[in-house]
Amino acid sequence: MSAPAAEYGRVPALLAQHRPRHGEPAFRALVILASLTVLAVIAGLVVVIARESLRGIAYNGPAFLWGTTWDPVHSVFGALPFIYGTILTSVSALVLAMLIGVGVALFLAELAPRWLAGPVGFMVEMLAAIPSVVYGLWGIFVLAPWIRDYVEVPLHDTLGFLPFFTGNPIGIGNLEAVVVLTIMVLPTVAAVSRDVVAAVPLSQREAALALGATRWETIRLGVFPYARSGIIGAGILGLARGIGETMAVTMVIGNAPTISLSLFSQGYTMASVIANEFTEATTDLYRSSLIEIGLLLLIVTLLINAAARLLVWRVAYGASARNVLA
Amino acid sequence: MSADARTRLGDRRIRRRRAIDRLMRGLLWLAAAVAAIPLVLVLAFVLIQGLPAFNLALITQDPVPAGFPGGGVAPAVVGTLIMVGLGTLIGTPVAVLTGIYIREYAGGRGATGIRFLIDVLAGIPTIAVGLFAYGLVVVPMGTFSGLAGAVALAVIIIPTVARVTDEMLGLVSGSVREAAYALGIPPWKTIVRVTMPAAATGIVTGILLGVARIAGETAPLIFTALGNQRVTASLAEPMDALPLRIWVYASGPYDAWHQQAWAASLVLVLLVLTFSILTRFVLRRRAARLA
Repeated sequence: MSAPAAEYGRVPALLAQHRPRHGEPAFRALVILASLTVLAVIAGLVVVIARESLRGIAYNGPAFLWGTTWDPVHSVFGALPFIYGTILTSVSALVLAMLIGVGVALFLAELAPRWLAGPVGFMVEMLAAIPSVVYGLWGIFVLAPWIRDYVEVPLHDTLGFLPFFTGNPIGIGNLEAVVVLTIMVLPTVAAVSRDVVAAVPLSQREAALALGATRWETIRLGVFPYARSGIIGAGILGLARGIGETMAVTMVIGNAPTISLSLFSQGYTMASVIANEFTEATTDLYRSSLIEIGLLLLIVTLLINAAARLLVWRVAYGASARNVLA
Repeated sequence: MSADARTRLGDRRIRRRRAIDRLMRGLLWLAAAVAAIPLVLVLAFVLIQGLPAFNLALITQDPVPAGFPGGGVAPAVVGTLIMVGLGTLIGTPVAVLTGIYIREYAGGRGATGIRFLIDVLAGIPTIAVGLFAYGLVVVPMGTFSGLAGAVALAVIIIPTVARVTDEMLGLVSGSVREAAYALGIPPWKTIVRVTMPAAATGIVTGILLGVARIAGETAPLIFTALGNQRVTASLAEPMDALPLRIWVYASGPYDAWHQQAWAASLVLVLLVLTFSILTRFVLRRRAARLA
């Protein structure tokens, strides 16, 4: 038998033809079945949540999206305070996390000596491993009092005339939620950005260095433009994580359906209203309206995730795999 | 402009560029330092606040009436063990087989497509997964239950395990498979007897990492398992879990509750950190050996 190299990959198929057995089709069927189950779960998520929210959708109509009153006792359900709170906290947290996270990514991929890059990268990844509820506990008892005494009170005393710093700083509210969220979004942004930056070809850096660029100029001119879309993808992934984050935010944001510019004001997010009120929802309509918020949350995060993965994959295929594992 | 003046101008420019370079490098070092602070702070506080109540009573005794000292969170420990165990038993086989399909059967576009969907599944908020389990299990059963909690956790562990399996199989050298084929072993048997054993260590640690992750999940359990003051092994009734108990205790007004919440957090954090460090160590060693 003198099979040419090109036939290599076909050997198993040839064997299967020569010695028909049931093992192969059975095993193939098994793994395909498992994969179909996973696909069914993804589809089922949307279908089941949509089904459970039908009642709410029928009752609330499209005004659900811009209604500002959330009054379950009188069956008035407007989700805008939660949508607003989610956007306010997750976008603010994302901006902060991008500033730090992209810095960390560039540090790890471009500057850090090898002995330091490992441990720092590991510490950032560990941030993602700590359970949300532990962040919440830490947020309530450590972070919130600290922020109140050393950040909110001085801000209130000096810049209290600005709309962002009005109201009484009590240590529970939007600002605390933003800080906790920043910490929780940071590992996503940093880890994905690092993979994207690491995937930039060495020649980009060599070319810039050969032209006499400094290290920063190399990053700015050689590395950054190449990694930009991937870094944007990392940011969008971080946004999705921020939007869906539940426990830690619920524990520090104060859970009041108000729409306020003030960082000291208590707020509410889509995820936290579901977590907080679901078991207290006394009527089917109330519960269904909460699930409707969940449906909204699901659709938004699905779209955002899909867009982000595509952006990241274009730059660093496989990077997101590591981040599922990280 | 004289040559001398040009040199001076060039010097100034170089100095400015070097100054910016130093500044930006300093900022990047600063970013790394800032990023490392929260982890240190969280771990330090969990350790310091958690140790006083971190004892055998914590995991063996039932909760005492609110406000009284003593007691433990035994129902939560038992509930977490049962739901995490069952969730892992349901989710892992599906995930491992899916990982095998992606790496060994799907080929090019199919593999990319499924990987994409699994990554998207990993990005879905876990509270949405809880709503899914609510609609799928709680509504038909008519009661909150440990089973519903386990189903939610099973869905959450799938992406981690499927992708670990996928990646670990990818690390097994092609020559190993080819050697098996050359002996006339069919592909499925090659996978079961040759490829999977070669990748087993990595896959098992990946599963343990997934287990540690779902053990810390709170949001998907709120309206599936609900929580319970008493130890129960029945899957058809509400069940407690450590993260749920931490949430309840942290939100309450009693010092004894807060202490136990910190101690329970210490249990969770130790669990997650141990498995994360273990996974990282094993994955790196295997990647180095199989590469």
